[in-house]
Amino acid sequence: MFENLSQNIEQAFRNIRGKGKITEINVAETLKEIRRALIDADVNFKVAKEFTNKVKEEALGKNILIQVEPGQFLVKIVHEELTKLMGGSNTGLSIAKNPPTVILIAGLQGSGKTTFVGKLANHLKGKGKNPLLIACDVYRPAAIDQLTVLAEQVGVEIYKEPDNKNPLLIAQAGIQYAKKHGKDLVIVDTAGRLAVDEQMMNEISVLKESLKPTETLFVVDAMTGQDAVNTAKAFNDRLDFDGVVLTKLDGDTRGGAAISIRTVVDKPIKFISAGEKPEDLELFYPERMASRILGMGDVVTLVEKAQQQFDQQEAERLQRKIRKNELDFDDFLSQIQAIKKMGNIKDLIGMIPGMGKMVKDVDIDNDAFKHIEAIIRSMTKEERMKPQIIDGSRRKRIATGAGRSVREVNELIKQFDGMKKAMKRMNSMGAGGKVGRSMGALRRR
Amino acid sequence: MLNFFKRKENKDKLDQGLEKTKKGLFSKLKLSVLGRGSIDEDVLDDLEEVLISSDVGVSTTLKIIKRIEARVLRDKYTNASELDSILKDEIQQVILENHPESLDYFDIPTHEVDGKPMPHVIMVVGVNGVGKTTTIGKLAYRWRSQGKRVLVGAGDTFRAAAVDQLKLWADRVGADFYSKGMHADPAAVAYETVREGVTKGHEVVIVDTAGRLQTKKGLMDELSKIKRSMDKILPGAPHEVLLVLDASTGQNAISQAQAFTEATQVSALALTKLDGTAKGGVVIGVSDMFKVPVKFIGVGEGMDDLQVFDPRAFVASMFDPIGT
Repeated sequence: MFENLSQNIEQAFRNIRGKGKITEINVAETLKEIRRALIDADVNFKVAKEFTNKVKEEALGKNILIQVEPGQFLVKIVHEELTKLMGGSNTGLSIAKNPPTVILIAGLQGSGKTTFVGKLANHLKGKGKNPLLIACDVYRPAAIDQLTVLAEQVGVEIYKEPDNKNPLLIAQAGIQYAKKHGKDLVIVDTAGRLAVDEQMMNEISVLKESLKPTETLFVVDAMTGQDAVNTAKAFNDRLDFDGVVLTKLDGDTRGGAAISIRTVVDKPIKFISAGEKPEDLELFYPERMASRILGMGDVVTLVEKAQQQFDQQEAERLQRKIRKNELDFDDFLSQIQAIKKMGNIKDLIGMIPGMGKMVKDVDIDNDAFKHIEAIIRSMTKEERMKPQIIDGSRRKRIATGAGRSVREVNELIKQFDGMKKAMKRMNSMGAGGKVGRSMGALRRR
Repeated sequence: MLNFFKRKENKDKLDQGLEKTKKGLFSKLKLSVLGRGSIDEDVLDDLEEVLISSDVGVSTTLKIIKRIEARVLRDKYTNASELDSILKDEIQQVILENHPESLDYFDIPTHEVDGKPMPHVIMVVGVNGVGKTTTIGKLAYRWRSQGKRVLVGAGDTFRAAAVDQLKLWADRVGADFYSKGMHADPAAVAYETVREGVTKGHEVVIVDTAGRLQTKKGLMDELSKIKRSMDKILPGAPHEVLLVLDASTGQNAISQAQAFTEATQVSALALTKLDGTAKGGVVIGVSDMFKVPVKFIGVGEGMDDLQVFDPRAFVASMFDPIGT
């Protein structure tokens, strides 16, 4: 049904392949594809627009290396931003200092509240809690029966007053019952309601104000479309809920509502309810959700590839700095990090112009950089960026900080200066053939 | 008993239900054409936003926009004030392709076997929580108030208390009720319900089924089996397979329509919860891709808050100015 996003992007990128930079013009078509994919995934139109604009800012002006697919670059940014957007403060459920913890459940009709209540009770029971369910959906026919059956299934107690039509009174009595019977947690199931139903929204506001729940959870169907923003906002305006529960994610919905809701109300998604059995409750993983919304099963591979590309980009950035003779100790350090991460030095020599030749001189083992790193890390930010300010007293301080001798610090700075000079010469000489020889001068140190 | 329930004017109710839709669409549209002399790119962009925000979907939106562009080019419209009538027209045409004329879908076709009248059998399907049981209740209410003999079958034997929920509805509207209890084989329930309808001479038989996500192969196969079981007792039954869609559902409705059509040859759609803030534009998308008419819309919580879908009124209501 849905076209694969990465395919679409590759398509859109065909026209810019081989061009060096991401610019306003060559990125527009791709971002349009991404926006369409997001909208097809039910991300709200405006949210999708804002989001792609953000991605654009992120991407503009960045270099595309010829060897890698430029699409991967954008996909990586999109995936990262989506993950960032949905992630963050997932702190789980709060537990009240003075029991019982009260959890209030709210949402539209048919969003899966009652089913979720059963699952949550099961989950919390497994964590050693002793939950009580309170049946406050006094409207939908047989809603109380449904909760009764679920309570039985998961083996927890239910508080209900089938003849009472006042949810507040039922809830209050239920909490009293919990206190009396040693229940450390209550879950209040409520009727589904539309955000535009003033009377019903008042009812749930009153419940929230009077019960002062420890947690208020907004339950929403993951298949919800553009309207998710309106509903989430309306419920949040009235309830200031603490977290979101996404239901029915076991279908093939992309679940773009998750993005919309997070953008509009900035509340964490705490649970995923996917399945019909009491144990079908999961914690929320932003990264998986991002992959799902983008519709990419192969996203991990793509991101890994993009990651490799980033390392190459880093190398390119360094090369530019070398060309401008702007190399500083921070660059030095980050290159050492990169080398250590990647392992095989020989392979990297070609990748890191200048640096490669230099480290070849050192007898390389895993600890080879340890002292150099320690010395650089003992420098201040300013010293790293402007090595020329490192005078005698600074050298002494650095040496002490790194636990090395001043002689070693001198050595490193000398080496670094020499390298820069060599590079300057190399740059002025220009073309490649002579580079080896000029680097040879460095080697003689 | 049925006289307790006030009959409201259909149009009024639809207007109420669609008020939010109208406000959203029309005010945006008005803003988008205000102070402009012609249909330019910006206006089309705004229209795109209006349609997308109503869950019409990208491909259908682009199709509509393309048609409008072509028409503007052909007819040389330059005045943006004509835009809403053009837009209305084009959306209508997309829907009308599958709704050749406005029919009263509450009129029940008659069926006969060997000269003996047989019940009109409706099977109701859909994903979880869209409002299948409520829709059945409202349909039963409507046909009961026409004096028809209605039988409902409790084919959702899975979800906790689903049988009780349907029983309460049946009692409330005075329909007969057939059940084999929870956890019974739903195909057997369907078979028995139709048999009871045939032997006891009901005019309408409505069979409920458990909500299921369309990706669950086993459950979709079960649905096909439920459908076949009815044909065994009454050839041609069910005469209608009604897929219930939630108006707040986004593009997944398309996937739902596809899968349920494959499993049960869906012949009609019902769109529920149109009284919320959801725009219901999903109808246009589904209608555009599947050649199945929308027959009913749910616009409220009352028993009589189920209406026959009228594409013209629906589209007109979307674009009618508020308060005039």
